[in-house]
Amino acid sequence: MKINKRGIAGTLESSDVMVVINPHDSQEIKLIVQSKVEKQFGSSIRKTVKDTLTKCGVLSAVVDVRDQGALDCVIRARVEAAVYRASDEKTVKFGDLS
Amino acid sequence: MRLRRSMMFIPGANAGMLSNSYIYKPDSVMFDLEDSVSLTEKDSARFLVFNTLKENLYGDIETVVRINGVETPFWEDDLDMAVRAGVQIVRLPKTETVEEVKELEQRIAKIEKDCGRTIGDTKIMAAIESACGVVNSVAIAKSTPRMVAIALAGFDYLVDMQTSRSSGSEPELFYARAAVLHAARAAKIDAFDVAYGNVNDEEGFLREVEIAKNLGYNGKSLIHPRQIELLHKAYAPAQKDVDHARKVVAAAEDAEKKGLGVISLDGKMIDPPVVHEAQRVLLLAEHS
Repeated sequence: MKINKRGIAGTLESSDVMVVINPHDSQEIKLIVQSKVEKQFGSSIRKTVKDTLTKCGVLSAVVDVRDQGALDCVIRARVEAAVYRASDEKTVKFGDLS
Repeated sequence: MRLRRSMMFIPGANAGMLSNSYIYKPDSVMFDLEDSVSLTEKDSARFLVFNTLKENLYGDIETVVRINGVETPFWEDDLDMAVRAGVQIVRLPKTETVEEVKELEQRIAKIEKDCGRTIGDTKIMAAIESACGVVNSVAIAKSTPRMVAIALAGFDYLVDMQTSRSSGSEPELFYARAAVLHAARAAKIDAFDVAYGNVNDEEGFLREVEIAKNLGYNGKSLIHPRQIELLHKAYAPAQKDVDHARKVVAAAEDAEKKGLGVISLDGKMIDPPVVHEAQRVLLLAEHS
């Protein structure tokens, strides 16, 4: 999935995560993570974000993640929502996300 | 047999509530994509509910998704997400006709086939929120084997009836409560009473629970976790009823072991519905 514009999803409320995705000028994922549980879960958060981007077929993007202690399922949901908002896809294929 | 005393609403766009609400142990949880989700967050709410369901955070708690109404541009995407995520029940808001249920049923079957779920696995709950819905409630309740419950929704219904909530015996809801419950019982399905909006009014809530319970409702739609324990306590059977139910069930099991067609207790014959009610009382006692 191609990132064409800025896509934002999520909030800065407790148990949530805000994900901002922008187009990138090179074929790579640039990932920035800020989390109040960085020490314990930083690597796990990065893996969840990268796995979700891979599942969505995103190969190039700048991804800014502000985590407020979100569960993995919330992180996946916010990344997916931000990706779809940043792309030109109008229809979500939930079958592909299963 | 499944208890459906408490069905707690959770806004589908609220990550915190979706992440934590299982700790309150309602019998059913209803992830809402309709009224509690703003138009600009319909898409993100679908992703949140989808991933929450896939994560199986709620374990044995029955999962329900309230989709947007069939008159909106959202309901088909809501349904596609919910069925593919494996939700147990789809709640259709503002149900007024059998045709709406049939359209929903056909669409569910198509998605089930496409994603490999057993056809018929996804159940339906119709929310009755208008005079038209109340009048058609028997046909709606009997419209499909997928229908497992109907729920009366008070706010929209009272607006449609050009009245508002009173306190006390609530005469404005009397006919709808009785009609929807009769429809459910005629169709052999469960019935949920209206939600009580004032979460700080414990006395008013319990008064309304008593009305619903005495009428025969299985439970209520709830909008706040603190209402769950109050409701479960109110539905707990008295000890003398539990003791009697134990005797009835024991007598039924004894008769079955001995291959007897007739069940008797203390010299009196017991009919199968009495055994069924005794089993329900024991289930309520176990979960109170």
